[in-house]
Amino acid sequence: MTTLVGVLSFVAVLALAVILGYLVVKGASSLDWNFFVKNPVPAGQAGGGVANAIVGTVIIVGVAALIGLPIGIGTGLYLAEYGSGRFGWIVRFVADVLNGTPSIVVGIFAWTWLVRPMGHFSALAGSVALAVLMVPMIARTTEEMVRLVPHSLREAALALGYPRWRTSLRIVARTALAGILTSCLVGIARIAGETAPLLFTALGNLNFSSSILQPMQTLSLQVFTYGTGPFDEWHRLAWAAALVLMGLVLLLSLTARWALRSRHGAAR
Amino acid sequence: MAPPADARLQLEAVRLTALYGRRAVVKDVSILFPAHSVTAVIGPSGCGKSTFLRCLNRMHELSEGGWVTGTVLLDGADVYDAGVDPVQLRRRIGMVFQRPTPFPTMTIYDNVAAGLRVNGGRSRGEVDAAVEQALRRAALWDEVKDRLKKSALDLSGGQQQRLCIARALAPEPEVLLLDEPTASLDPAGTQRIEELCHELKHRYTIVIVTHNLQQAGRVSDYTAFFYLGDLVEVGRTEELFTKPAQEQTEAYITGRFG
Ligand SMILES: Nc1ncnc2c1ncn2[C@@H]1O[C@H](COP(=O)(O)OP(=O)(O)OP(=O)(O)O)[C@@H](O)[C@H]1O
Ligand SMILES: [Mg+2]
Repeated sequence: MTTLVGVLSFVAVLALAVILGYLVVKGASSLDWNFFVKNPVPAGQAGGGVANAIVGTVIIVGVAALIGLPIGIGTGLYLAEYGSGRFGWIVRFVADVLNGTPSIVVGIFAWTWLVRPMGHFSALAGSVALAVLMVPMIARTTEEMVRLVPHSLREAALALGYPRWRTSLRIVARTALAGILTSCLVGIARIAGETAPLLFTALGNLNFSSSILQPMQTLSLQVFTYGTGPFDEWHRLAWAAALVLMGLVLLLSLTARWALRSRHGAAR
Repeated sequence: MAPPADARLQLEAVRLTALYGRRAVVKDVSILFPAHSVTAVIGPSGCGKSTFLRCLNRMHELSEGGWVTGTVLLDGADVYDAGVDPVQLRRRIGMVFQRPTPFPTMTIYDNVAAGLRVNGGRSRGEVDAAVEQALRRAALWDEVKDRLKKSALDLSGGQQQRLCIARALAPEPEVLLLDEPTASLDPAGTQRIEELCHELKHRYTIVIVTHNLQQAGRVSDYTAFFYLGDLVEVGRTEELFTKPAQEQTEAYITGRFG
């Protein structure tokens, strides 16, 4: 049994190593200064970079986090502190269903309710779609983190004359803060590489754009357009963009790990 | 006309019954806690001591399924009256729990100041003074005065418990409820807390739950014996321990059960 589990986890690690290794082999050689600071050049020409996609990823994911994190954290706090009743049960159920919803389904809703009424594709619609994906994830992990706070701390605050909401925010949420931040980082990492819901919301843009009401490029969309395009030059950039995206997600995950560990260190 | 100081600190339960759902765990208890006295609450595990204590500052109603009938009078006024805000009430009745519960994200100073800040309306200087005074009364000042800005988790268990007492004292409550405050402490720590009870009763009315009969004998003026949710007997401590009126009390204090 132990051997079997060992072999299986080795396979899992191997898969990650192969993916990372292949990305480095195919993409690393294209990672020069131009790649990060230049915008794409007309199709077929050599050179150019993906500055527009990097900036776009930061903007779209940033706006999504701005919308999604407060709602997600608030919902999680509510579920942990006040969610024992029927309404809490319903919210939890909806969150779990939404958590399992394919992202392309969320995308088509964003297209129907945002892109069509606005009359054009926009980064904002993409951010909203990503935020919708993020909220249930953040809510459920925040709830778990808040539940780890010992009941005795709540009681101590209440016995001191803290109102309930203040106990939740000043004592319980503060104590769970490192855990909540970790779940935020994991949530951001999760949506940073999403592509499907962006295809018909943010759409992609071969030029530089920083207006959230206009179509915008992201690294994930860049990988899609360049990877499926006809030019070798595009394929090369697609691999490099994939490597950067992967590195970004890895960085977020590692930071989350580190934050969680320093919390346990502090709680000793 | 202002009531005399003594009446202000007096606490009384009248026909108090505490329930979890439909199960009564404190049954029809009437008892008076005179001002400036220490009353020990004793009885076997599970007899409802903690629940009773939590009724006095309206914490019981926060437990799942917890509710209460009867009345509790503080300063002659019913604390369960519809016009009473339980949050305000809990600022007048301090409580310390069995295990130390310092707020882990706060410094020593902030822990003690927590109850003051939630009240609001105090200047920085006033908070400083109140924190020092509370720490002195809890006999912790000399040990922590040089590290007020350090985490409260750096303190030993006994120090943490005295910190919790200081935290309860800082907002100047009228009554102090202690639920087995020495259960997790070593003999030295226990002795400090017992000495504190003697000093603090000049300012507060104290109710202390304890499993330790010697402790009850040492710290209290009055002792109340609970059994299966009933108040079996209450009286002056030396009388209750030397010539108990009830057979159950005698059986308990002589160690025949419980
Ligand atoms: N949250 C709760 N829900 C339901 N019943 C409870 C709850 N807390 C306590 N009880 C029950 O109420 C009764 C009294 O409990 P309580 O904690 O007041 O006893 P105690 O005298 O303080 O015991 P100990 O000396 O062990 O602390 C017990 O029978 C217990 O099972
Ligand atoms: Mg108890």
